Formats: sequence, C-alpha cells, structure tokens
Amino acid sequence: MIVETYIPGQEVASSSGKTSRRQFIKRVIASGAAVSAGSMLGLSGCSPGEQATQAGGVERLISLNVNGKVRRVDVLPQETLAMTLRYKLGLTGTKLGCDRGECGACTVLIDDLPTYSCSTLTHNVRGRQVTTIEGLQAADGTLHPVQQAFVDELGPQCGFCTPGQIMSSVALLKVNPNPSREEVRQALAGNLCRCGAYDHYLNSVMRAAKES
Amino acid sequence: MAYDLIGKDFTPPDVIAKVTGKAKYSEDFRMEGMLFGRLLLSPVPHARIKNIDVSEALKMKGVVGVITADDLPPVVEPNRPILTNEPRYVGEPILALAAESETLAQDALEKIKLELEPLPFTVDPLESLYPGGPDARTDGNVTGRNASGAYVKTTKWTARDFAAVAEGQLAAGEVTDEWSYGDVDAGFANAKYVLDETFVTQGLPHLAMETRTALSYWQNGKCHVHASCQSQSFPVPFLAGYIGIEPQDLVFVAEYCGGGFGNKGSAYPEMSIPAHLSKKVGRPVMMRISRAEEYYLGCARPGFQGRIKMGFRADGRLLAADLFIVQENGSDVGMNDYMSAADAVSLVFTPEAMRFRGIPVATNTPSRVPQRGPGQNQIACAVEPLMDMAAKALGIDPLAIRVINAPDSDARFGAKQGKVTSAFLGEALTQGAAEFKWDEKRKLSGQRPPGQSKGSKVLGVGIGSAYHSAGYSGFDGLVVLTPEGKLHIHTGVGNLGTYSHTATSRVAAETLKCAWDSCVVIRGDSRKHLPWNLAQFGSNTSYTMVRTNYVAAMDAIEKLKEIAAKDLGGSADDYDIGGEKVFLKSDASKHLTYAQAAQRAIELGGKYSGQEAPEDINPMTKAAVAGLAGSGLIGVAKDTMASEGTPPAFAAGFMQIELDTETGTYEILDYVGVADCGTVLHPMGLDHQIKGGAVMGIGLAALERHVYDPQNGLPATVGLNECKPPTYLDVPSHMRTMAVEEADPMSPVGSRGIGEPVQGCAAAALLCAISDALGGHYFNRVPVMTDMIVNAASGNPQSHKPLQVNTF
Repeated sequence: MIVETYIPGQEVASSSGKTSRRQFIKRVIASGAAVSAGSMLGLSGCSPGEQATQAGGVERLISLNVNGKVRRVDVLPQETLAMTLRYKLGLTGTKLGCDRGECGACTVLIDDLPTYSCSTLTHNVRGRQVTTIEGLQAADGTLHPVQQAFVDELGPQCGFCTPGQIMSSVALLKVNPNPSREEVRQALAGNLCRCGAYDHYLNSVMRAAKES
Repeated sequence: MAYDLIGKDFTPPDVIAKVTGKAKYSEDFRMEGMLFGRLLLSPVPHARIKNIDVSEALKMKGVVGVITADDLPPVVEPNRPILTNEPRYVGEPILALAAESETLAQDALEKIKLELEPLPFTVDPLESLYPGGPDARTDGNVTGRNASGAYVKTTKWTARDFAAVAEGQLAAGEVTDEWSYGDVDAGFANAKYVLDETFVTQGLPHLAMETRTALSYWQNGKCHVHASCQSQSFPVPFLAGYIGIEPQDLVFVAEYCGGGFGNKGSAYPEMSIPAHLSKKVGRPVMMRISRAEEYYLGCARPGFQGRIKMGFRADGRLLAADLFIVQENGSDVGMNDYMSAADAVSLVFTPEAMRFRGIPVATNTPSRVPQRGPGQNQIACAVEPLMDMAAKALGIDPLAIRVINAPDSDARFGAKQGKVTSAFLGEALTQGAAEFKWDEKRKLSGQRPPGQSKGSKVLGVGIGSAYHSAGYSGFDGLVVLTPEGKLHIHTGVGNLGTYSHTATSRVAAETLKCAWDSCVVIRGDSRKHLPWNLAQFGSNTSYTMVRTNYVAAMDAIEKLKEIAAKDLGGSADDYDIGGEKVFLKSDASKHLTYAQAAQRAIELGGKYSGQEAPEDINPMTKAAVAGLAGSGLIGVAKDTMASEGTPPAFAAGFMQIELDTETGTYEILDYVGVADCGTVLHPMGLDHQIKGGAVMGIGLAALERHVYDPQNGLPATVGLNECKPPTYLDVPSHMRTMAVEEADPMSPVGSRGIGEPVQGCAAAALLCAISDALGGHYFNRVPVMTDMIVNAASGNPQSHKPLQVNTF
C-alpha cells in the first residue's frame, strides 16, 4: 500500500493539550513504519488461483511423482510444493500452519526424507518420490501402521498438525525401526503442536515401532 | 456408580479423518469460480483514515471488488469492528479486496493509496493512566463491559497517586471495579506474615496451528461459511449478525478446527469478511490468513500490572488478600480477565477477607479475548510463587500452605460469596503429592542432581493450582431413535480437539442403554439439524452438554414407555428400558425394540416424531426438530434441571526441574497433573487435556509473550520463531496424570469441565520450581526467560523495570 501521512492544520489533541517532543517523534516514526509493513503482508511462494498470464512468471507443465503416481501439473517458477499439492493436485491433507518453515504442519516425504513442503520449490522435486499423508493408507483402506497407532493411542487433539507429525514419524521408522522415546522426541522436534499432544504422539510412534 | 460407556475410552469418530488427511478444515474446501480475498492491514498503531484511493487497484485485470468499513453497518463502540476507518493497532484490518488470484490481490493492495492522520498511541496501560498520558482511543482510554454493556471512558490517575508508592510498586488510583468481603484490615492486623508484591503478567497470542482462514458463498438465498471455529451451534446467530442476515439463512460448517484456545470460541468479526466480499462480487471468496496476520487478527490474552497484599496466620492460613490489577485491554471492549483473576484468588486460596480493585486500560495492541483460563491462569502465575514465599517465611511446606487454604464443597467465593457445586482441590493436592513423591523430591531442593558432586545444575520442585468455572445450564438436547434401530445424537458442540462432542454425546447413549455401535454422532454442519448448544469454551461442555444430552435421552425414554403402553397395554410407568428395547417390567417378553418403537413414533406423529416440539426450546432447536420430523422417535428437551452454585474445575500440578544456573536453561524431570473434574467421561481425553494444558502452561510461564516497541507501537513477535510455543524438546517426554473422581451432584453423571486450569497449574508449578531451584523468590513477572534466571542466579539486576510491559 502507499501511505500518505495527513498533516493536520492544528495539533492533534492530546490529553496534556499540546504535543510533546516525544509524541511528535513517535508519530514521525510511526508513519515511516508503513514502508516496511507491506512486506509483512505477503505470503511466500505461489498464490492460489494463480494464472500463467500474471506477474511472477509462466507456468510450465512438469511431471511429478506423488504417492507412487505420475501427475502432470502446470507449475510456476516460484511455486512451493505445499501449494502444488493443495491447490493443483487436491491433496489438502498437507496443512499450512505458518508457510514459513516454522511449524512442520506441511511435512511430506521426498525420497523418504521428511521435508517442509512450504519451503520446497515444486520444480526441485522433479524426478523424486513425493509422499503425502494421502499416500500412506493402503488401497483397501487399511491404515498405515503409524496411522493405526495414532488412532489407538489417540494421538491427535485438534488434528491440524497430525499429518505432519505422522509423516515425520514414518520417515524416522524407515531409517530407525526401533527408536528410543528420546530418539522419537528428537526426530519430531520440528513439528509443533499447540494442543500439546506431544506425549500422546510419542506413545503413538513407540506403539507403531513395536507393532510393525 | 457403574457405567457401560461413561469413564471408558472409545475411538472418536473424527480421529480416522485426522490421521488420513481427510479431515476438512476451512482452507481445504474449494468452490467453482472461487476468488481470493486479502486484507489491507494498518501499518500504524493509531490513525484516522482521511482517504482511501482504490482506483489504481480496481483498474488491474482480475481485481474484482473491494470493501471498506463504509460498506458495512457501523460498529457500536467500543466493540470490535469488522473493518475500520480508525485503526487502533498495527495490523488492524482496514479494507478487503477480492481478486482472481491471491498474488494479484496482494499486488493490488500495493496500489491502494492510504491517507492517514496519525493519532497518539500507547502500548503501556500505566503510561495511559499517567496525567497527560496518551489515550489508545479518541473517545477514551478505559474500555470494558459491565452490567449495562460495553463502555468507554477516560480515566487519569494523579501524579500524587504515582508519587505515593516506592519505585517499582504499582500505584493505586481510580478504578472501574471494586468489591470486598470480610474485614480485610483485621485480617492483616492478625496476620503473622504479610507480603505486598507488585507483579507483571504478559499479553500473548493464542498461536493455534490453523489460522482463521474462511470460505464463503451465497446460494439459493443462503450464505454459506466454512470457518475455523471452536464451536458449532453457538456462533450461528452471532455470525449471522456480523453478516446482516437472519440465523436461519446461514449455513455454517465447522466440522474441524485447527485449535482455538479461546480466540475462536464463537463468531469473530473477520469470519464475516469473505461473506461480505462474496455478496458484493457475486462469487465465492476464500480468504486465507497468514501466520503474521493471525497474530494481528487472532487477538491476545490480556496482560496484568498488578499488586497483591496477603496476610497469613502462623499455620499458613490466608487471613486477608488485597488485589489490585491494571489490565492491558487492547483497543476495543476487551475481556474481563482481571475480574476472573480476583474470583480465582478468592476461590483457590479462600482468604477469610478480601478486597479487589481493578481497571481495564486500552492500548494500541491486538484485541483481547479469552485465552485458556482467562484471568485465572495469569493470576496463578503471579500468586502461586508468592504462596511459596509465604511458606518459606513461615517455615511451612509449600504443599501444606496450599492444602490449608484449598476450597472444599462448602467454599464461598467472589464479590457475591457464591457457592460451588462441589470442590476437591485439597484432595487433588494430597493425591498428586503422593503420586509425585513430593516429600522425597522436596528434600533435594537446591541440591545438585544425585551423583553430581560439581557443576552448575540444581534441582527444584514446584506446585501449582488453578481454577476455572466448568459448566452452564439451560441449553437443548436432541436425539433421534431411527426405524433402523440407530440412536442419532445431534450435537452442536464444536470440534476443538477435546473429543467432547462425542464424550458428552455418550451420556445420551448411556442413559438410553444403547450399545455404542448403535449410535451415530451428528455434528459439524448447521444443515444437519443441530440443537442450540453452548459454545466449546469455558471448560463447560462436560457439564453443560452432559445435561442437555441427558434430558434429551430422558425425553426419549418417556416417549418409548408411552408408545409401549399404547401398543402393549398398561401405563408408561409399567415399562422400563434395556438392551435397546422398552419392555414390561412384570413380563419382559412384552416389549418393543427401539427400531419398532421408532417406527411406531413415526406412525403416531405429533410429539413422538417431531411434528410438535416443546415450547421452551430455542428457535434453532425447534428448526432442527422440524427438519427431523417424521424420521424417528425424537427426544428433545431444554435443560431445566436444578443447578445451584458454580460448577468449578480445579487442577493441581507438581513439577521437578534440573536448572543450570550458568545458562538459565532447565530440563523438566517430572510432571504430575491432577484434575478435580468430577466423574471422568473419557480417560484418554482427560489425559490429553492435562498433558496438553501442561505444555501450554510451560509456554505461558517461560516462553511466550508480546513484545512491542514503545516508540513506534510495532510488534516484534508476529512469527512462531519470535513467540515460540513449546516444542517436544521444551517439555517432558512423559507426564503423569490423574483425577480425583468425586462425582458432582449437579451433573447427571457427575462430570464437570477441566480444559483451562490444567494450563495454569502447570505454569505455576514451573515458576515455583524455578524459584525453588534458585532458593528464593526472584521473579514477579511472567514469562521467566533464561536471561532472567541467569541474572537472578548471578546476582545481576534484571534488564527490565519492575512494571515494564511488552518488553523482551
């Protein structure tokens, strides 16, 4: 936005009847602050509904391997994997909690490595295997052992961070099938849960390790 | 009492969707032709908008429409506006714009010319109370809500008020709220030990993982809203009001909510923005909210600048308390935390005499709304460490001083000396202490961990206790027995993640003696014929909707018996229920299955299958009954059962930490959380609440806070990295939980709520453990950050002044 500060003819009324030097400085700085405020408003990465004709580059048709299937999709140069999954492939199980690499709700697997999809460019995962929460359940509906353990231990509360927690857990168990509770804690430390369901999530992963 | 379902674990029907990614939160819905909305937020803490020039933005191809406050009904000051022409904090929404894509919408915002007249502002209540200090609003500096509604006025203290106290002590000028009971002066005169401490508790954002994204569209005369909301039925009339339509013309979908913790308890103003935009442009609008925007729109817990004087008898009994709170209240009507804090002191520590004075002061910071344990949990953080200070001065155990002051079921509290339905905080404390092995761990206080003869680590233990009210009455219950033999339990409880939508519904199944696999919980969408239920806030559902589901089930039982008597002879009283049948007590072979009775109800019509509904139920429930009419046997009733006294939720927490005096960091070695919530409905759900509350309590005590630049009114904590909620590594890997399990007499199955005090008790336990490890009382401020611990341990002064707020 463009901000023009209105300079009134008379002093702004203050309870002391006149404007102090400090208030004056506060006002000048406050109006100047507008310049940097614009950058706070932006969302990183691609925006939903983006058209190829608009600013930000041209979409290119690429092939992605998602959940074992090859998907053809038009992708902008600056588009993040989270946006591609959610807005172009309809895979809304991957959640955006912060869109800036702080919370882990968007965690997916890229070649079995847990990765924040909000901070990954879609063009960079060409030729790699992407696995999302939708790719864990078997075709006949059987839950993945980690998902089943999250049900049995009542892992989630609100459930918003759950897909990310499960993807990080699946990644851990692939490389360490019998982790200690402390190892699980370290492996999941990049996945925030505001409900504080950590204890239940740890119980879930320990159960999954035991039963798979 | 033995139950088949109550007190047993179950698999909540929504958990499968949560682990498979199929659960649809508001940003997961799509509509054909959907536009994206973006908000223009205030770049300054307080200004009058002189002009908004949107002409350049509207010229851009793909920009579809704009709304400002001028397009909306005027707000009744000082309530929170939807959009504003006088922004009162950095980040307050001024304008909303819809475009074909989100990037385009953002680009268009950059073209909007905003002409602002900056106005005085403040981010410190005391600065505003000082003679000649700045006001956060042009119409005053004190905002709040009293018996006659929302108010705004101007209050300035005198220079003499400020001069009357020592530096660092809170002055006591004119207040808006004041009450007392008992002889406070006599209490202090008779006390063996008197303390008088000034304290600060922080303002802080809620930080739910899901931001308040919403999707809205208009179809066939109805407005559809998919929103992130803790509650389902309760927000409907309020959101309809924000949109300017009748409640029956709103379709509201809140099947899943990615956390709220109070700030999504009911409808909030910006929930209606996509609806207003959509109405104007005639297309669906999705308005995604970024993490930074959620900081601004998501509101905050009010901070306190407070002072408390407490006088104790030699045995630790609290004879008198004198509490004074200046509350930072944001720039609109705000929240009554300061009053709730006073009630909590009165109930948790039961002073024989007490005086309270308080004033909410407007600041140019985000709006203040409830946050888990609003008022009660701040005051737990401030006062519990002072209980330890008193215990030490009197030479008694921190457990003993809490037990001697803990309320029982005869307790009276607050200005009106109201009753509670039942209270067992003393039992929670003693049972928790035994589980925690308090006496054993207490002996290690201030010592190095076992086996370490040198180094900078010391052990500490702490106890915290907290309270919140835990239930209401007067809402409606609605169940349907279908001809297929299913029990449909319709619930308007939201999905905050506590699973109480189902835990409370199981009371209807229990009462009707239905097997759980014969039951279906219907919820999450206002089109599903849901009853008028209270919101999922205030730790209330495990009391309020236990009562509604009970009365609905009782109504169904009465109708079952009447139908059986009609068909099989005798009177209704001759019949009983069991095994999903209604049978003749004297000859069980004479019976109707629930399926048969439901079929008969449809044939009989009238009240039996919803063609008639009780007079006293809410219009929303009446509409739901009408919608279900003819589908089975309808059980519907308003909860008019006796409810005398406030149902309380109490929690006690016990924590042991290992603190490094050189770095100020600590590891939490053990935590035991105890709930006094009556009968436990759902053990796993309760375990979740106690542990999750503890995690959030650790954040409240030691990590999270607002930081504002007092020169410019700019926030420094808009991201999760700047105001970090606890991670796996900040909390114990395993915690222990337990419940007192004393049934409440006013709840049909004995249950009360619990969600809020389980945070406050853990926060207080951590603060007490930190001071215990350091061997004294050092902090009258939350959060206690690691630099404060290092300063305390090394004898250096703290970097903040005692009453400074919104500081690092």
